[in-house]
Amino acid sequence: MAYMHIGKDFVPPDVPGKVTGRIKYAEDYTREGMVYSRLLTSPIPHARVLDIDASEALAMDGVFGILTADDVYPDGEPQSTGLKILTNEPTLVGEPILALAAIDEKTAETAISRINVTFERLPFVLDPLDSLAEGGANAYPGDQNTFVFRQGFATEKWTEDQVASFRAGNEPTAEPQQTWSLGDLEAGFAASEFVYETTFTTAGYPHHSMEPRSAMAYWEDGKLYLHGTSQSLTALADGMAPIIGVPKEDIVFINAATGGGFGQRARANSIPSMAIPAKLSQKINRPVMMRITREEEFTIGGARQGFQGWIKVGFKPDGVMSACDLYIISDNGGKGGGGDASSAADCIDVLYQPDALRFRGTSIGSNTAHRGAQRGPGQNQIAPIIAPILDKAADALGISRLEIRKINAPRNGDVAGPRQTPFTSAYVPESLDMATQQFDWEGRQARRRQRNGSKVIGLGLGQGYHNAGRSGMDGIVTMGTDGRLKIHNGVGNLGTYSYASTSRAAAEVLKMPWENCDILNVRTDNHLPITSPQDGSNSIFTNTRTMFGAATDMLNKMKEIAATDLGGDPADYDVSNERVHQIADESIGYTYAEVAQRAMELGGKFTGEADLPEELAEWTQISVSRLAGSAFMGVYHDPRHEGNPPGFTVTCCEIELDLETGKYEILDMVTIAESGTIVHPQGMENQLVGGAVWGIGLSGYERHLYDPQNGLPASTGYWQSKVPTYLDTPVKIGTGWVDLPDPENPVGARGIGEPSMGAVSAALTAAITDALDGHHFATAPITADMIINHLAGTEENAAPLAQNNFRG
Amino acid sequence: MNPKVTRRRFIKGVVASGAAATTTGMWYAANGQDRPGGAVERLIRINVNGQMRSVDVAPQETLASTLRYKLGLTGTKLGCNRGECGACTVLVDDVATYACSVLTHSMKNARIETVEGLESPNGDLHPVQQAFVEELSPQCGYCTPGQVMAAVALLRENPNPTREEARHAMSGNICRCGSYDSYLDGVMRAVQLG
Ligand code: FES
Ligand code: FES
Repeated sequence: MAYMHIGKDFVPPDVPGKVTGRIKYAEDYTREGMVYSRLLTSPIPHARVLDIDASEALAMDGVFGILTADDVYPDGEPQSTGLKILTNEPTLVGEPILALAAIDEKTAETAISRINVTFERLPFVLDPLDSLAEGGANAYPGDQNTFVFRQGFATEKWTEDQVASFRAGNEPTAEPQQTWSLGDLEAGFAASEFVYETTFTTAGYPHHSMEPRSAMAYWEDGKLYLHGTSQSLTALADGMAPIIGVPKEDIVFINAATGGGFGQRARANSIPSMAIPAKLSQKINRPVMMRITREEEFTIGGARQGFQGWIKVGFKPDGVMSACDLYIISDNGGKGGGGDASSAADCIDVLYQPDALRFRGTSIGSNTAHRGAQRGPGQNQIAPIIAPILDKAADALGISRLEIRKINAPRNGDVAGPRQTPFTSAYVPESLDMATQQFDWEGRQARRRQRNGSKVIGLGLGQGYHNAGRSGMDGIVTMGTDGRLKIHNGVGNLGTYSYASTSRAAAEVLKMPWENCDILNVRTDNHLPITSPQDGSNSIFTNTRTMFGAATDMLNKMKEIAATDLGGDPADYDVSNERVHQIADESIGYTYAEVAQRAMELGGKFTGEADLPEELAEWTQISVSRLAGSAFMGVYHDPRHEGNPPGFTVTCCEIELDLETGKYEILDMVTIAESGTIVHPQGMENQLVGGAVWGIGLSGYERHLYDPQNGLPASTGYWQSKVPTYLDTPVKIGTGWVDLPDPENPVGARGIGEPSMGAVSAALTAAITDALDGHHFATAPITADMIINHLAGTEENAAPLAQNNFRG
Repeated sequence: MNPKVTRRRFIKGVVASGAAATTTGMWYAANGQDRPGGAVERLIRINVNGQMRSVDVAPQETLASTLRYKLGLTGTKLGCNRGECGACTVLVDDVATYACSVLTHSMKNARIETVEGLESPNGDLHPVQQAFVEELSPQCGYCTPGQVMAAVALLRENPNPTREEARHAMSGNICRCGSYDSYLDGVMRAVQLG
């Protein structure tokens, strides 16, 4: 289909501000009379606050007040998962206990050092399996170690023998908390020619978004103005208002740019810390800036769940995956929550379509960073574990590694997951072909495991998946009498540019030149509609639907006005060159400026004062009511779509691994997207290369480290956490896309942000395994130390399946 | 003052930890935002983006702090404030320097350039900035000013680097969004733009 905007590159309006430093992040704002907040955070991993004596601090000059958990939760702290705004029951080091506001940060910190907090120390645990064992410490208040959906906090225990047997590499025998299955597992294994079984681990690690989540707040005329960060302005503000305790119509959330999202800035309850300056400002009646340090960001920024798992996979002689049995203990960290493990099983079902699959899972807490959404939660952890297993099956069955993936690949019309949801569309064999051809996969096979001195070549092929689209949100577009199109967009500006690329769907409908479009975002008092939280790779699918719908509503209204005024039927009209005109005689029509003028004169439904979609979200209703009568308006509520819109990726890579150092260089990498129509090629490329760097981090570097004696985090910075740098990543990453439209989206688009990571992690781990003659570490990351120990035949200095610990 | 706060009920029979109240990261200690231990701020003059600026500076104040909080040059970002990420990169006498890790007092005779100083007087973007726009190098943009400054430093020293040389020269700048490939595309385009 020939589009005016879709599939074309453009300069998103915020990019000049990013290269000049002019765009503002939350910490770049100031306000007359602004004071500074600092946090007192828990120095110990599990405790109860018995007493806070702030009298000396509050008597100091320049100190304006403090905020404690008792202030923010007068009825007691909610018994739910996730970080609290402030807490008297810290379950991880660094958890905020109280905030203090002062004239400057030095005074604030000096005052905080004069506050006496009496803690009751409680036993802590860093490894979920240690907690699971009878007699092990429990991470959560009330001596509990798990959170059961719809039931609340609880305690889960295995016998010591059960834990020891699992650590020794055997299938767990205890009842899981959660299970689902498809097909006949027993029959699947009975039909298998090749069966592979192993325990595995994947490490938890922090988000470490580049912008620490600083926030500034002030109150004016009863309204709260909050400068913060988010992945979606309206989804965030909609959820933050009740957390702060302010009516939705009285919060203005300002967020021109967000310095990295990756899942943990999507929903208000994952960044409750933003409520601190808001509530402190309300209490002391001054603007409050809360700057967050890197160390604080480590704690409140959240982390990926680690897995301690067992997997058994069977393949028929023809390479078909006949059965997969998966049991995962997921590390839910200090605050509970998270459903990564089930998503991991779902991902296997999607990508390899086994005849039978069983998932069993149990979530256990540890007194470590709080866990939650992080780029491909579950789907990406399992990617580096499963890829080498496919290669082992291929080698054992005498099938090529490409062929075994094509045999099992999902296709159009297939279904997957616990509810056997059909894909909206799926072109994975096409992506496998595209990636392997672009990479010359077949041609490179001769180099496989070739030695050059101490160096050896490894080749890897990997696949990634995440479901990539939602629906049910709202859209608003307006037009003034100047004829410019204003696209009200609540999608956050976190680096994907989807706030701009989704807006182009509206421009497309009205055939509007891009230079005559204004995107209204940045602050919620630009009257923004509700959007999805822009997590789960869904933005492009979800919000092109709403933008397209709102612009179509405006288009239909234009035609109706023209037909009423100028004769004929609305169906006799079309738009081009910023005019609505008769199809038969283009001279009969209105310019956009004229039709907007007529809409203003007519009012009612044309200006948002009548006949609104009934299902509009409360947030959208507020925005529409404030806009009503001021402009020509298109409004839309998106109905639900059918099926699972998937995002798929395929990656090929070649590495050269040094057997003396355990280090490797990624010589070449090609990564291909299958995510429907490509809306913004440069944005797509950024998601692919960005996801690749995350995949490299997952496979090779990133992990939590905690001091086992005191439970202190040792990876609070970039270097210890080992976020990949320029030198850990390839000199150039090849990219491409299949670019076939999805029928459930008006412009054919689906998302890609999360799968872009999984395929790379799968391919890199497969390549490392390949270079080591098929040695399967069954772990992520595989560090140089682990490789060296393996080559030297040395045991690793860690308990089997250890979490949050040093390995290697 | 909140009465609940000054003396919460002390629960008898439980051993108090006696743990000192601590924060996990001291902001002012790293930034020198105010005067510690009676030390006073001194008015000094520093050359920023070609202008001599007078500014009160505490003895242990970092350049990043001075630029951001005293001179309002918020284009220089703080990602870690501990010399790990490069978000704060500025040029000091043409050399890419972590502004969070040098003291403003040591800058008295230096020529400091920040991202705000790169555009030409008529508002044209610097070739590196222009190239980064054309290649859509930034993602979230938080590391971008630092990446821009690192690239400018590289191209001043080596106007015609290979991609491999550029990768090494830029390797002090972390990008959590993983936009390294796109930044390198930007550097190579900047070479062409001259
Ligand atoms: S802020 Fe200076 S190196 Fe990170
Ligand atoms: S663009 Fe986000 S950290 Fe580099």
